Parts: sequence; C-alpha cells; structure tokens
Amino acid sequence: MRRFIIRRILASGLTIIASTLFVFGVSRAATDPLDLYVQESGYGITEESRIAIGKELGLDRSIPVAYGLWLGRALQGDLGESLVNKRPVTTVLLEKMPNTLQLGLVSWVIATLIGVPLGVLSAVKRGSAFDYLGRGFALFGQAIPNFWFAIVSILIFAVWLQWLPAASKEGLSPTYFVLPAITLGSAAAAGYLRITRSAMLEILDSEFIKMARAKGVSQSAMIWKHALRNALIPPVTVSALILTGFITGTVLVEVVFAWPGIGRVAVTSVTNNDFPVVTGAMLMFTAIYVVMNFLTDLLYVVIDPRIRYG
Amino acid sequence: MALTAENYLAATGHARRRNILSAAWAFVRAWPILPAIVVLLMIVTAVFAPLIAPSDPRKQSLADSRHPPVWFGDPEPTERDIARGVDKSGLYRLGADEFGRDVLTRVVFGARLSLQIVAVAMTSGVLVGTLLGLFAGFWGGWFDEIIMRLVDFWLALPFLLVALVVAIVWGQSLIIMLGLLALLAWSPFVRNIRAEVLTLKELDYVNMARVAGASGARIMVRHLLPGVFNTVVVIATLQVGGLILAEASLSFLGVGIPPPTPAWGLMVAEGRQWLATAWWISFFPGLAIFLVVMSLNFFGDWLRDKLDPRLRQVRN
Repeated sequence: MRRFIIRRILASGLTIIASTLFVFGVSRAATDPLDLYVQESGYGITEESRIAIGKELGLDRSIPVAYGLWLGRALQGDLGESLVNKRPVTTVLLEKMPNTLQLGLVSWVIATLIGVPLGVLSAVKRGSAFDYLGRGFALFGQAIPNFWFAIVSILIFAVWLQWLPAASKEGLSPTYFVLPAITLGSAAAAGYLRITRSAMLEILDSEFIKMARAKGVSQSAMIWKHALRNALIPPVTVSALILTGFITGTVLVEVVFAWPGIGRVAVTSVTNNDFPVVTGAMLMFTAIYVVMNFLTDLLYVVIDPRIRYG
Repeated sequence: MALTAENYLAATGHARRRNILSAAWAFVRAWPILPAIVVLLMIVTAVFAPLIAPSDPRKQSLADSRHPPVWFGDPEPTERDIARGVDKSGLYRLGADEFGRDVLTRVVFGARLSLQIVAVAMTSGVLVGTLLGLFAGFWGGWFDEIIMRLVDFWLALPFLLVALVVAIVWGQSLIIMLGLLALLAWSPFVRNIRAEVLTLKELDYVNMARVAGASGARIMVRHLLPGVFNTVVVIATLQVGGLILAEASLSFLGVGIPPPTPAWGLMVAEGRQWLATAWWISFFPGLAIFLVVMSLNFFGDWLRDKLDPRLRQVRN
C-alpha cells in the first residue's frame, strides 16, 4: 500500500509538471507575449522600457529557465502576477475557487442522487416501462451538448416561465444553483445510470444473490445491501472520469451562466493572453484531476476489501 | 409467493415481459433505423449542401434580421418590399439570424463543416492511434512504456483548456482545429488496440506465422491488423459523436473556425444574446448537434454489439 501511494504521488507530480510546462511552453513559444502585452497600453513605448517590462516578466530568459524559476516559486505558493490587473495569480484563482467547487459539488450530488438509484431501479425492474425511461434518459443525457442544454433551460425557465434567474450568482441562494447544477449534472447522471445499471444486472445474476434470495432475505435488503455494495465499483471508477468531465463542463457552464468560477477566469485569461493566470488555472485543473484519480483508487479499497495494492 | 421458476425469474429481473414497449425497444436495438436515417441524412446534407440549402449561408439581409420561422406567420410586408414586389412569406423556414441569414441554410452548411472536420480528425486519429497501439502491443518494452505513459499524460490534460490556449496563441483556423481534434481522437485507440494485440500475439496462428519465418512487419500487417479491425471500427463510431461535441464546444467558446463560416457551436453562441426575442437562432443548430450525436452514439452501441461484444465494458 505504501509503495503504491508513493508511486502514485510521483506520477501525479510528473503529470502536473508536464501539463504546466506544456501550457507555459505553448503560450511563450509561438508569439512574443510582450507584443500582446504592450499592444494595448504601450502605444509609443520606447525600446528600453519594452525590454525592461520583458525583464520584469522574465521573458528575456529561455523557456526552460523561466519554467524552472516559475516552478520554484510555485512550490513556495507564489504563481506570479496577472498581467492584466497586477494581482497575484493565487488570489485571482483562490477567490473564484469556492464558486467552482460549490457548483461542482452540488452537480455531483444531483448526478449521484439521480443516476445511481435510477440505475439500480432500472436494473431491478428490467424490461419495465421504467427501465426504458431510464435508458432513454441515459442516451439523452450523454448526447446533449451541455452549452445548448444550458441555453434551452434558460429559455424555458428564465425567459418564458421566469421561475429562475438566468445567470450569475448571489451568495449561496439556491435558485442560482438550479440551472447550472442540473446542466452540469445531467450528463454525469446519465453516465452513472448506465454504469450502475449494467453493474447491477451482472451482480443480480450471480450465485450469492440467488443464495440470499433462497435464504429469504427481503427484496430491499437484497438490492440495497447485498447487490448494490458489490455493484458500486464501476460507478466509483467512472466517478474519476465524470469529475474530470466536470472540469471541461464547468468551463462551458460557467461561461453560459456567467458563473464567477475558475473556468470563466481561465477562458478570459486565455483570451487576454494572461499567461501567468492561464498556467495557474492549468495547474489547478490538473491538480484537481490528479487528486480525484488518487482518491478514487483509495476508495476502491474501502468499497471492496478484496482489493489490495502491493 | 410460491417459488415457481417464473416467479423467481420475475423477481430477479430476468423475465422477458413481452409488452409493446420492450418489443419496440428490441426492434430499435436490432435495427437502428431512425439513428441510421439521421446519420445518413447528415451525410447526404453535408455532401450536397449547396443543392439542398435554400439560400447562401453567407448572404446577409439586414432588413430581415431575426425574421421568425415560417410557422409564426410572416410579419406585415414593408412598403418597400411591396413597392419592389418582393414576397418574403415562407422564405425563412427556420427563421433568420441577427444578420438576416437563413438559419436552415446555415444548419445545412454546418453539417458539411462538421463532417469535414470529423472525417479528417478521425482518419488521422485512427491511423496514429492504431499504429501506436499495434507497435506498443507487439514490441512491448520501452516503446510500450513510453507510449502508454504518453497516453496517461494526455488523458490527464484538461483538453478544453489546452485547446483554448493553442487556438488563441496560434490563431483560429481550420488547420488548428483539425489538429486539436486529431489530438483528442488518437488516445482511446491506443489503449484498446494495444490490449487486443497483447492477447492476439500469443495465439497459435501468430506463433505459427513466426515459425514459418514471417517478419515482424508481415505479422503486424497480415495477421494482427485484421484481428483488431472490428475494434477500430467500433471505437471510431463511438468516438465520432464525442468529436462533434468537442468541435461544437470549441466553436461555442469562440476558438473554433472563425466567424462567417457556419459552424453549429458558433451559431448557438451567436444566438445567445437574442434568446429572449429570437430563440430559433440558437435552438436549431443545437438541436442538430444533439440529434446527430445521439444517433451516432446509438449507432455506435449497435455496431459494438454486432461486431465486438467484448468492448461492452468500454462505455457501458
């Protein structure tokens, strides 16, 4: 177990380094960020002050050296300053982080509460109208582009019916969460439904369930205690995938709903070529992904005591 | 409840109830006619777009900005139209966008763009992914190790963010878009084909070929490649929908193909600000994406069940 954890941490570190190096390199290699930076404010700027700005931003150094310096500072918790408003990148990202995490958490809870029970019922009542409804929902949820789903739901619930606010966020008021969270959660719910259903079908077919049934275990105890616990591994596995999908999803959903999270910060900073913020956002997203995967692997052990990591 | 065989089967969910719904579903599963029609329709529309589209996708007519779809009835003709003898009733079947361009025409040409992009991206993804998977599985060793770590790393990257950075830095163009989507397409092939090759290469017929003196290249091309062919087809079909969604998402964020070109995602984005007054601008291109992706997924599932039941685990 310890060796497994150490290996995973090393691999995670490498992934994070590679992804940030990639963004760092791309945003520096193709064009001179200085041109983009100076363009707006630096009309008629002298060659000397141009070079001075470049020095200040570390643009006079080669990419590997500059990256090394960035990494060194990043390890001490300093991600540099935003080019646009001179604020520290960590502040820019951390003040938006809670909004993204709240949205992600609410969406995930919605997805789990809808997907897993529906998947179980769909499997237990296989062949019923209920099953077809569930499978239809799964097919639907995985094909619908979430930005379009968002727009159509705004059209129906905010523009026509005027039940819910269309965009933005005020504190923790639940009405603002409804549309974004359902948009983000629906594809995930469809994923959970599909995977739970097929895992449950497989387990319900196994000998020990027949045994439990023969022993006279009640229907509900058999489904929720005997079968579901054993069918949980596949849904937990896809959790990592689903939560990664959230990373892409939040970017789109935050843009549509004007949600003040790091996804929207990432998009605006990419458009502004604000590369310190872009690299910082990349670091955050990759870190979230890596941590999620790691936690998923550890969760296996909790769910299925048969699994041991050597 | 007496424990008859029937009760038991019903309780464990194994009874095949023959109601109309299940019969219908079974039929659709067995013969996905509707999805096939949608996919075929998309391909035909894409290929013959100029013949099918009622108008030119770039033709603007500012007087007709946000003209409603035909079933809303037409607004009163203006005096200028009457004077010039222009009859605009029924001209915009799905309405017109902000610049008075016909939404239906743009959706039709959008199909063409999506098809082009997906065809090129998928072909390169298939070629690169299959080759790498084949080599990694067949050679093993350090090559395999490097390729698999590369795939792991690539899957850990938040693709949308990478794509945004690349598109902004190198500019928006068809080539960049194709490259990005090709990069998205290759990795699933590598994993599955490598796994497949690992089992295939231990089989007797491959060993026989080796004993008979076949070279590595010959074994790969003549003996392993045909064995993984079904897998390639199935993964490709299942992936196409995802690629269309990715392309739409990128152009929705404004980093896809630059504006006058009719891309579905971009059209949805353009209509956003008119949602309250002219919802059709966003609605129909999005509906097109949704229908095509859903049909492709359905079709992919069907193909998987037909060609390669072992792959069921991949996306169940």
